[in-house]
Amino acid sequence: MTPAEIRDEILDILEDISPDEDLDSLDDEKAFRDQLELDSMDFLDIVMELRKRHRVQIPEEDYGNLASMHSTVTYLEPKMKDIVKS
Amino acid sequence: MIAPNRASELPDDQRIVITGVGLTAPNGNDWASFREALLEKRSGVQPYEIRYFGETLAGICDFDTNRYQKKKEVRRGTRAGSVGVYAANEAIRHSGVDWENTDRSRVGIYVGVTEHGNVETENEIYVIKGFDYDTSCWSHHHNPRTVANNPAGEIALNMGVTGPHYTIGAACAAGNAGIIQGAQMLRLHECDLAIAGGTSESIHTFGIFASFNSQNALATHDDPAKASRPFDVDRNGIVVAEGGCLYTLERLSDAKARNAEIHGELVGYAMNTDATDFVLPNPERQAQCVQMALEKAGLQPNQIDLVSTHATGTSSGDFQECKALRTVFGDCTNTRINNTKSYIGHAMGAAGSLELAGNLLSFKDGVIHPTINVDQLDPDCAIPGLVLNEPEEGKKVDYVLNNSFGMLGINSVVIIGRV
Repeated sequence: MTPAEIRDEILDILEDISPDEDLDSLDDEKAFRDQLELDSMDFLDIVMELRKRHRVQIPEEDYGNLASMHSTVTYLEPKMKDIVKS
Repeated sequence: MIAPNRASELPDDQRIVITGVGLTAPNGNDWASFREALLEKRSGVQPYEIRYFGETLAGICDFDTNRYQKKKEVRRGTRAGSVGVYAANEAIRHSGVDWENTDRSRVGIYVGVTEHGNVETENEIYVIKGFDYDTSCWSHHHNPRTVANNPAGEIALNMGVTGPHYTIGAACAAGNAGIIQGAQMLRLHECDLAIAGGTSESIHTFGIFASFNSQNALATHDDPAKASRPFDVDRNGIVVAEGGCLYTLERLSDAKARNAEIHGELVGYAMNTDATDFVLPNPERQAQCVQMALEKAGLQPNQIDLVSTHATGTSSGDFQECKALRTVFGDCTNTRINNTKSYIGHAMGAAGSLELAGNLLSFKDGVIHPTINVDQLDPDCAIPGLVLNEPEEGKKVDYVLNNSFGMLGINSVVIIGRV
């Protein structure tokens, strides 16, 4: 997956877990928590969905990398580069 | 004026009244439309399909889940939670309580449930089956969804209630049990306002259908509207339903102080146990439970104008309840007897509170809605006072007695008086 495809995938997951939010104006550089109503269970949903959809494992010590869209894509890029977008 | 009862001798701060009704039933999403459906003999039973079990019938609710919950709350929570949140908000709105200025630490939430957690557990097992039973794909939402207090807890979260909240696990006697619990806590001054009754999400677990089917107790019929047929000779089992009905309960003194409209007073109640069988009811204990409630209310059987039966449409259960009722009401000429499951199926934990709500408006409209689908009355169920197939109009109703019984021999009865 390219960084753009990874971003689309994260957006798709966010649409599922935050269906009341307007994601069109999401700022990739800003922390998710500063612009969306996300709590720790929501972040676990991101981790769970990546595991279910792509078998990507994210260890607990790396959760901090999921702070913003930019940091998430940067962190996932090496883990997902060999995954072909279906 | 209604005939005096024992509760009327109590001080006002020990008298418990209903000031709000919130509900969703398979044939109505508020009190008035539910009543209208019953008077128009409109069934809420529909064809239904659930994984593994396949095609069956069920009482299905179509309330707007997003009226009081965000989409995210619905996604994160349970169906029983959504049913509860809807019913609780409706009950408070209906009561006219100034909710914005209500001290939420003095509100108690008491929700009867038949079971909770089966739906969510089945869902997770289904999900991990797709991942070769890898438990790392088991949702972190599973525990908060399946803790036994979940439906009451979701209401508390949604409405900002910081007083006590819990569920009362009481099989199919749970709706009444929730009401009784709420009343007791008000009398003890453990809360100043109670949201009490029962909820059910049972149609979303295939296990309940499969288990009733294995017990030869699941209803089948070519016409879904005719499948739930208590007292009929051709009844062949239960139609499982979802739904919820929660009441705003207050002490009479508080209701009077705010000039609230009062929809009825809890004048008597009782709960007891058969201690005889896992599933088969015991008519002697059921009759004792009814008599205990009458004693508590200080009423004679013939002073009960309407008995709302629990009968579920099973071959043995209906007959046993009728046997119990014949013991208590066999000589009564005033008492009428009906059944609401014939319209909506068996709403499990919500059954007691929903069926009571279906009947309470008879205080105002003087109509007894009939048990429908009785094409041929089972002679074993032919007790005096049955209102069958057509409503009885012009009946003065002062007291309604509501039966609700459940597995493991749990029995509950509440008596509501007109105010």
